[in-house]
Formats: sequence, C-alpha cells, structure tokens
Amino acid sequence: MRAVYARVMSEWPHVRLHVVTGKGGTGKTTVAAALALALASSGQQVLLCEAEGRQGIARLFDVPPLPYEERSVALGSEGGEVHALAIDPEAALLEYLDMYYHLGRAGRALDRFGVVDFVTTIAPGLRDVLLTGKVYEAYRRRHKKDKTSVYDAIVLDAPPTGRITRFLNVNTEVAGLAKMGPIRNQADSIMDVLRSEGTAVHLVTLLEDMPVQETLDAAEELDAIGLQVGALIVNQLRMSPLDDDTRKALGDQRLAAPALVGALADAGLPGRGVAVSAEDLAEDLVTAGAEHVERLTLEAALRETVERSGRPVCTLPLLTDGVDLGAMYELAESLCAQGLA
Amino acid sequence: MSPAGGARKPRRQPRAGRAAHRVGPLVGGKRAAAALDVDALLDDRRTEIIVCCGSGGVGKTTTAAALALRAAERGRSVVVLTIDPARRLAQSLGLSALDNTPATVDAGPAVEAAGGRLDAMMLDMKRTFDEVVEAHASPEKAEQMLTNPFYVALSSSFAGTQEYMAMEKLGQLYARKDRGWDLIVVDTPPSRSALDFLDAPEHLSSLLDGRFIRLLIAPARGPVRLLSTGVGVVTNVLSKVLGAQVLRDLQTFIAAFDTLFGGFRQRAERTYALLQAPQTAFVVVATPEPDALREAAYFVERLGEDKMPLAGLVLNRVTGSSAPALSRERALEAAEQLRDGLSDGGESEHAAVEGLLRLHAERAGSRARQLRLVRRFIAAHPWVAATAVPALPGDVHDVDGLRRIGELLSRADAGVDEDVA
Repeated sequence: MRAVYARVMSEWPHVRLHVVTGKGGTGKTTVAAALALALASSGQQVLLCEAEGRQGIARLFDVPPLPYEERSVALGSEGGEVHALAIDPEAALLEYLDMYYHLGRAGRALDRFGVVDFVTTIAPGLRDVLLTGKVYEAYRRRHKKDKTSVYDAIVLDAPPTGRITRFLNVNTEVAGLAKMGPIRNQADSIMDVLRSEGTAVHLVTLLEDMPVQETLDAAEELDAIGLQVGALIVNQLRMSPLDDDTRKALGDQRLAAPALVGALADAGLPGRGVAVSAEDLAEDLVTAGAEHVERLTLEAALRETVERSGRPVCTLPLLTDGVDLGAMYELAESLCAQGLA
Repeated sequence: MSPAGGARKPRRQPRAGRAAHRVGPLVGGKRAAAALDVDALLDDRRTEIIVCCGSGGVGKTTTAAALALRAAERGRSVVVLTIDPARRLAQSLGLSALDNTPATVDAGPAVEAAGGRLDAMMLDMKRTFDEVVEAHASPEKAEQMLTNPFYVALSSSFAGTQEYMAMEKLGQLYARKDRGWDLIVVDTPPSRSALDFLDAPEHLSSLLDGRFIRLLIAPARGPVRLLSTGVGVVTNVLSKVLGAQVLRDLQTFIAAFDTLFGGFRQRAERTYALLQAPQTAFVVVATPEPDALREAAYFVERLGEDKMPLAGLVLNRVTGSSAPALSRERALEAAEQLRDGLSDGGESEHAAVEGLLRLHAERAGSRARQLRLVRRFIAAHPWVAATAVPALPGDVHDVDGLRRIGELLSRADAGVDEDVA
C-alpha cells in the first residue's frame, strides 16, 4: 500500500495546476484547501481558487467572504503562502475585456445593459471559459523583474464531478458557439494548459456507492478528453478502534454479549451513575460494533473497487470532531506524507 | 446564477437584505422541535405535491423515493420525479433515461393491497426543453430553434436549465390529471446552492425578457433611431469579443425565443404559484453537518419569504444512539482502565470491550456534535418540524431499502426533540 502512495506525486513532476473535484458532500473544498496548505508548507506560493461562488474557502479559513481579489489566507513554513480567490464570472468578464480590449468604460456599459449577466449565464461555454480563463491567467502570470512564475502552484476547487468534464472541456463547449474569433482562441489556449503535463485533476470520493461510481466514471471521461487524472482521494476514511480479532468475531457473529459482562465489570461498568444493566450495556455495545463492522466491510469492498482502477489513491481520515482550521493542517500533513505535495 | 454574481444585481438584493433582519425566538423558551409527522402528511389527501430540497449529497433522491413508496403503500397513486438517482437505485426502480415519461414501478404487494400505485421517472433535461419548444412553436420555428447553437448550449448545459426543467416537468405532471396521480413527489437538482431551483425560472425569464434582449433585437425590428450610442457600444464590443458569427447566432436565437417567450414566462409564473399553493409541501433534507444545515437554514428562510408551504426538515444520517446511559467520558475512562490491565496479552474479551468502548465514545462524540448543530438550527427556526433518520450501515439501492427508510422517517420517535429538548 505504501508503495502506491509514495509514487503519487513522482508520477506528475510537472504539475502546477491541481484541479480538485468530487461529488457534492464528499468534502472537495476541504481537500482542495488542505492540498493548498500542503503545497505551501514546502515553501511554495499557492493560489487556491474557488469557482462556484459558495465562499466555502473563506469559511474554512475563517476569514470574511472573499472578494474578486487574491488574498493571503495562510502562511506555511519556509516562506510558503496560500492566497485565495473566489472567481466571479461577471467580474472575470469585465477584467478580461479590460485586459485584452481596454474596455474599462464600455465594459461597464455592457454591465448596465445586463449583457454581462446574460452572457455569463446563458452561454455556459463562455462562463466556463471565463472561470478557467482566470485560472489560466494566474497560471501564466510572471513577475515583471525576473520572469519567474508568480504562483508555484494553483489549486482549483472545481465544480462537482457531475459537471467537471464539461467544465474543463471548454474549447469543445465554445466550439458550438464560436468557430473562430477571440473567444475561441482564448478557449484553445486554456485547453492547451489544461491538457498539458502541468495540470492534474484529483477526484475526491467517500467510500459510498454513488460517490465511488461517479468518481470512476468521471475519471474515465477525463481520460477520454485527454486530461490528466491525478489521485483518487478517499476522504473521511473510517478508522476502527477495534482490533482484528474483535472485528472478525463481530463479523462472524461470534461475539456473544453475555461473555463481555465480566470484562465490563473489570472496567468498572456499569457502575455508579450509569443507569443500565451490564447485560443491556454489553448488548448495545455489540450491536453498535456489528453495525460498525458491517459498514467497514462495505467500505473495504468499495475501496477495493477504487484501487482496482489502478490509479494512485490517497486517503484522508474521518474527523469525528468536525473540520476546523487545525484539522485542515492535519489533513495537509497527511497529504504531504502520502506524496501528494 | 452564482450567488456571488447574483448579489450584485439589485433584483436579488432584497433577499440578502431581509435575511439580515432575521430574528430568532425569545431567549429561554422551550426549544423542542415538533416532530414531523410523515404519515399524516402522506395520508392527507390535500397534499398533492411534495418537493424535496437541500444541498448536494444529503440524500434528497433517496428521501423522495422513500416518501413516494411509503405513500403508495398507504394507498396513494404516486408519481416520483427523480433527477439523478444512483445507478443501482435507478435500475431497481426500472428507471431509464430514455423516455422522459413515468413508468409504473413493481413495488411489491403492499402497494397493490393498499390500492396505491407507484410510478417513477428520471428527468431528461434536454428532452424536456425540446418538448416545450416543439409544443409551443410552429414546426419551422421549432426546427430553427432546436438547431441554434445557443439553444443547444442553453438546453444541454446551462446551470439553471435543470432546475427550470424540473419545475417545467412538475407543471406538466400536475396538469396530467388523466394519468390518475393524486400525489407528485419531486426531487430537486444537485445545485451549487439549494436555492437555485427556486430562482432559475425567474432568472431565466428576466434574462430573456431583459433590456439587453430588446436591445439586441431592436436593430432587426425598429427604426434606426432606436440605436442609441449605448447600443452601438454594446454590439460593437460583442462582435469584437465574440466574433460576428456568434453575434448573428445570438440574434437569431433571441428573435426565435422572443416569439416563444410569452409562453415560457407564463408557465414559469404558473409553476411558481403552484409551489405556493396549499396542496404543495416542501420537505427540506439535510445531514447534521454545518454546510448542509446552513443550506437548510437558507432554504427554510427563503420558503418563508416566498410564502411557500414548508412541511418540515428531514435529517439524514444522524449517528444513532446506543447505550445512551454511558457517557463518552466514562466510556473512554473505562477503556483506559482496561488497557492498563491489558499489558501482556489479557483475555480477548478485555481487548474486545476496550475497542467497543472506544467505538462507543467516538459515536457518542459525533452524535453530541451533530445534536449541537441541530439544536442551533432549531433554536433559530423553532417552527420547523423535524424527523431524523439514523445513519444506516449499508447504502440504499432497492425497494426494500427505500421501505426501510420510509419506516425510519415515520416512526413515532423519529423526532429530534427528545434528543434536543
């Protein structure tokens, strides 16, 4: 198992753009943020981008809602830093117009006529070109002085797996609308970066039926359009406090509750203040244990399915106390240890 | 559609403004949540539409299907509209993406015995949109529309189209009284924000009805003097950025859509009114996690603002309580005590009990955290009736699994008040 993890990042030495996706509820924003922290901890300048306007990053880092502006949200050791940006397609369009066409005032006129709203919502290809276009711009941005990249790495908290292929396949989306012209050229350049060795798409999943299925489907779709699939990240992996023998006994329904009463007594249970009989307590503990083992068995089968895909797999533990900033550092450390950063 | 983008529009400002004025209950009152009586809701013949909403990954589809099955087993003639069911569930319900119309599910003898019926369908967004166009335009106009690249993009991937079409389909199903359904259960799309489907029709109609549209089609229709300098700037920029061909396509699209549009807007308004009608019941679905409950809170508040009838909250995947008499701390303490005595290979029972006590402590900890979150939600929304479904060890992918969920949803002690009060 260890060997699989160790090769994770060495498989893609050139990756600078990490796209993180996953089914809704799998924790992709948390994983994206943890990955950004992990990258920053080795001294890199990292930009963490949010493409969905949910302000999930601001909540995770416990900072006010992010404007359309790059803000430093965390410092890593060795001078690393995480900057965060919530990409708003409308602001990105105005910026794009200003940058390439110097349309400061005219751009605002467009906004006044509702054009910006119209174009960014109704022509979905355009919307995605704008969102990915901003990432592309940050990816290529260089310092004026020494021409080195401003960001060593970019992590994109992307739309969920159900929409990811379409989201990243911008030039095909736009091709339906524009066969030539500036938007088309822009889409083509973005696609060149997305399809390059510099980009990897990581897929976050839980060990549940539907997320696993969706993840494997999405990975194949991404392969098909020539995008580099990175790691499958199994999030919220359940650790078992039970030893192997106990798990096995529970799985085979060999663990009899009455046999545990003695051991409970040795632990001082039920004892004072615990209003339950020793027999009932043992019964309840065994029932909960059996459910836990049933879940573990299902998860093990799903994990095997994930690993059979032959793709690099990383895992992150289930945090039973919820995710706060401190917990994110733990997750980041785990990603580092597994070679993802 | 994005909340961030939307917030910049004055049109959408009031919601945020009003939310800021939200006032909680008086401090110190009894804060027990009323239990959501699912069976009473399903048995009430006045309930004709149930809409399940909530953020992604909370189990909306499963909840919708479980409610539909239970209603059918209680004698109702039900059709359930699912958006994106898990493959195995879809298979076991006999759903295919192919026909975009409901088919009867073989849901077991209980449905038949009760005189009920369960039909199910899976939404095909593009097909629904195409059908609307075909039904409301002349064949030539429809043809022109269906092949326009803007229409193709709009109908297949516009982020709001799925929401819009879910509502469209709901309207269609409701109009088909001849099919004999007396209850429609609707699942809502996995949106970026749970609120998107409420806003989608309005947003789409305002886009297509806006100033920009009139402006774009003005040159084709009106006298030249209508072309103010603003229009000049706009069309100029558009053809520069998009290219002239795109602009032409866009104009054709809009001109075609414009003639269709009266109908679209009316339908959107009708569906919206239907959602406000007393025969509709919203069920907000969440898990006891911060993000899901935050979305649920937005939803509950929004439904109140829009005067849409809320039946209650379904909390999925609540960590079950076993041996509630044993606290987390006490369990951990006892586990430590056992470990100290376990130094050199004690009896296997001791190791088992130590592990089980740690497991108990973990579960009790998760449960306490979940209940804290739920308690906060209820404190801020004390009028919301709730029911809790414990986390199940396995995934639900067949009719038996749905039946089990239905039982859990409606069991007498399913409310969260005894835990939370």
